[in-house]
Amino acid sequence: MSERNLEKNSKSALVIGGGIAGIQAALDLADMGIHVDMVEKNPNIGGRMAQLDKTFPTNDCSICILAPKLSECYRHPNITLYSYSEVQKVEGERGNFSVDILKRARYVKEDECINCGVCAEKCPMRVIDEFDRQLRKRRAIYMYYLQGVPAIMTIDKDKCLWFTKNACRICEKVCEREAIDFEQQDQHIKLNNVGSIIVATGYNLIEDIDNEVLRNYGYQKYRNVVTALEFERLLSASGPQDGHVKRLSDGEKPKKIAYLQCIGSRNDRSRQYCSSICCMYTTKEAMIAYEHNNELESYVFYIDMRAGGKGFQSFIKRGENDYNIKYIKSKIAQITIDNKENPIIVYEDLDNGEIKELTVDLAVLATCIIPPEGIEKMSEVLGIELNEYRFVKTPPFDSVKTSKGGIFTCGCVHEPMDIPRSVSEASGAAARAAEVIRGG
Amino acid sequence: MSEEEKKDIEDEVRVGVFVCHCGSNIGGLIDCKTLAEEAKSLPNVAYAEDNLYTCSENGLASIKAAIEEYNLNRVVVASCTPRTHEPLFRDCVSEAGLNKYLFNFVNIRDQCTWVHQKQPEEAYKKAQDLIRMGTAKAVKLEALDIIMVNVNPSALIIGGGVAGMSAALNLSRQGFQTYLIEKEDKLGGRLNSLHKLFPHQLDASDFLDKIKNNVQNAQNLQILTSSIVKNIDGFVGNFEVEVEQNGKNIELSVGAIIVAVGSSLFAPTDLYGYDGKKRITQFELEHKFINNDVKANNYVMIQCVGSRIEDRPYCSSVCCMTALKNAFVIKEKNPGANITILFRDLYTPGTDYEKYYRDAREQGVLFIKYGLDKLPTVEEDHIKVFNEYMGEELILPYDLLVLATPLVANNDNKELAQMLKVPLEANKFFLEAHVKLRPNDFATDGIYIGGSAKWPVDITEAITQGYAAAARASRVLSHDSLEVEGATSSLPEYNKSLCTGCEICIKVCPFNAIIKNEEDEIEIIEALCKGCGVCGATCTNQAIVIKHFTDDQIFSEIEAFGGH
Repeated sequence: MSERNLEKNSKSALVIGGGIAGIQAALDLADMGIHVDMVEKNPNIGGRMAQLDKTFPTNDCSICILAPKLSECYRHPNITLYSYSEVQKVEGERGNFSVDILKRARYVKEDECINCGVCAEKCPMRVIDEFDRQLRKRRAIYMYYLQGVPAIMTIDKDKCLWFTKNACRICEKVCEREAIDFEQQDQHIKLNNVGSIIVATGYNLIEDIDNEVLRNYGYQKYRNVVTALEFERLLSASGPQDGHVKRLSDGEKPKKIAYLQCIGSRNDRSRQYCSSICCMYTTKEAMIAYEHNNELESYVFYIDMRAGGKGFQSFIKRGENDYNIKYIKSKIAQITIDNKENPIIVYEDLDNGEIKELTVDLAVLATCIIPPEGIEKMSEVLGIELNEYRFVKTPPFDSVKTSKGGIFTCGCVHEPMDIPRSVSEASGAAARAAEVIRGG
Repeated sequence: MSEEEKKDIEDEVRVGVFVCHCGSNIGGLIDCKTLAEEAKSLPNVAYAEDNLYTCSENGLASIKAAIEEYNLNRVVVASCTPRTHEPLFRDCVSEAGLNKYLFNFVNIRDQCTWVHQKQPEEAYKKAQDLIRMGTAKAVKLEALDIIMVNVNPSALIIGGGVAGMSAALNLSRQGFQTYLIEKEDKLGGRLNSLHKLFPHQLDASDFLDKIKNNVQNAQNLQILTSSIVKNIDGFVGNFEVEVEQNGKNIELSVGAIIVAVGSSLFAPTDLYGYDGKKRITQFELEHKFINNDVKANNYVMIQCVGSRIEDRPYCSSVCCMTALKNAFVIKEKNPGANITILFRDLYTPGTDYEKYYRDAREQGVLFIKYGLDKLPTVEEDHIKVFNEYMGEELILPYDLLVLATPLVANNDNKELAQMLKVPLEANKFFLEAHVKLRPNDFATDGIYIGGSAKWPVDITEAITQGYAAAARASRVLSHDSLEVEGATSSLPEYNKSLCTGCEICIKVCPFNAIIKNEEDEIEIIEALCKGCGVCGATCTNQAIVIKHFTDDQIFSEIEAFGGH
């Protein structure tokens, strides 16, 4: 394809965050012929969507539809990807920013590593795996996740025996490509002539910061109480149980699962807002679990069913009719356990005001979406304001605009939202960035 | 075709087969390792392997390495669906130096493990068959030329509401000639009839004036009001559009089209005693606000009137906020007013909307849940509703009953969809290319969608989608020329003598891609052709050849299946 000469002074765009929103924004701009620098703090791009097993409302396999986008992003001639990196300083204004990026050393030569995995196999250090929500261990030299892009190993400096105890270096010995480089240094990269910036750093979950609220629901006290993202990993073929859901207490297949909505959301003691996506992903998780085991009974404890998107209502109906899911309008009082570690849900049935109990094999908590780690620092670096919930602040009716000219946003970093809306917003932010870069 | 590519197909045919587990989607049901092993013994197969995800960077690297190492000149991937993954694998083999049409896709996820989930053995056998057939076809594949088309750097936006105006503004500011057409005599769409806007209670007219002002002062932007689309021809980069404005015909040539025609309002003719006076819709209430014509003291609002029922199963997603908005307007004018909202599930997702709901409760708006099994009943001056929580029937006196009715698809969507050759979904809203990852595209290149024409959305989202559609269009418009599908129908030189000029192909082509040219010969416009094959199947003399689906290729598949 030949590109029109639309760019004035060949300005580029910076996209911060390599989840589905950042990826879409970057691809749209790159396809317009605009150069994009993408910065991702994790070793690989993919974000939350890479952690999901399937996606509502069509239940496409998440990584299957994401993977082509990851490759496209990595191979696009107009995209430079800085993974394992962060933005440290931004100066200038709309149409002309300069940006300092810190690219952290992986201690692995990017041009040499072919991700054969021998190093990780031989590495003696077992470390808690963040991607799998601490449900299994990885090694000190690792891929953030199996299908990660770029497909390059990374050494976790805080855990590696060489960096912590001056011992080992086994990876170096077993690597046939001589790709290990313990002398590698962090790099400081300066980008000039950045016309526009898009912030798409996604979200965290309440269990990442504050377990006070969750403890009330028995999380981390009872082994058969897990969060929805943990359950998503348990359902996933590439997850810690290879997609065969088993209870963490005894390895038994659950026959009755309770899904608890609004955990930490719509809650005066935690976050007052609604996390927007839980009613839907819960139904999806219950459907997938049912596909694994057709005798499964699922109970969804909810306050209001929030299913406004395209095909969402019929998705819920399908859950009810075809997947043995029962929806109980209720308020949860607490979770206890019996002597087999079965969670007992104590709740008020809002249809008749009665207090009831239900004993299940596994309880899944739909936990609240919160702003991503480091958002306060990022708002300082970029000079953009945050709202009362500490998400990125956007003005009325303009959900991709921030408080600073030339800086746009998309996806969950400014409000909890689902994938279709994140993708739409990402394209919307790309359109606006293009407008700035093309001098409009 | 490059010399190197020619060489590929002149040499001995060497096929590589890659069987994908697709995580557990395929591998969870059938044994992909054995499938790959078995493929090794198929004719011309020089290499086969299985991958957990063939589409991952590792998988792609492994295809490229195998092409190099085993000197492969045909590649078969047996995996999910060509719908999402064919472009990726074509690019991959192309990067390894093969013509991209020397790749063949075998669908063993959608067509085997998904549809035959309960019959793993049969699914396995079917996968075996499909791989054998796909490999036989691959042997016969031919390298095809890359087809490029020129792009006209201009866009047409159909619909002058907030979504369309946002799209038009953005594209014009990016430097593209933009046409914005609106069937009414003024821009603004639904916004023209609203009073306030949730959740900030801003004046709809102030907000609309600002946008209209921007649009009217934009460069490169031509606004055509009182105009409708009469006909659309052409293809990505080169659409010819006939527009009628006040009885006059206008011809427009554009490279991309954005559909932003919005939605209509459902009329609750026989629901809850609707009479347009004492029992009105939320939209009529806003009209009354604008005319300062609201004097009631007791208000009852009913949500989901005509939505989330069997006939119209969807949630219209803006009605709860509309009810809250109008409740605040009432409370502001008359703080003592009694407002009760009867709802099924309150839809206020996210941060601001949930706060809006909380604020309404704090201001004393009463919320009562009702169920589909016990609908509220309307009498002349009171409403009876069964409150399940309290287990009793409540009597609510009212001066004004306000019904929240859903947004519905426009009646003329069908006509427009036919002109554009794009699909509608069950509720007659426009159907996008992919619900999650291509929310603002149609499957047809060069045509995009935003706002409530696709699905009911609030103003904020309509605007964002307008911009999103603009971005998608800009991807096309930013290029002088672009590549289109090369696997098209063709009338090869050597077959021209077979053609009798009967013109049946012209009649059956759904894309108007076949014409009779000035020399009175049948000509296929490749850029318009989608390779559907209808012409080839209908051609009485087999003069038309569908590239990538030639008779030879298809027969080889049938033979591999076990036919003769």
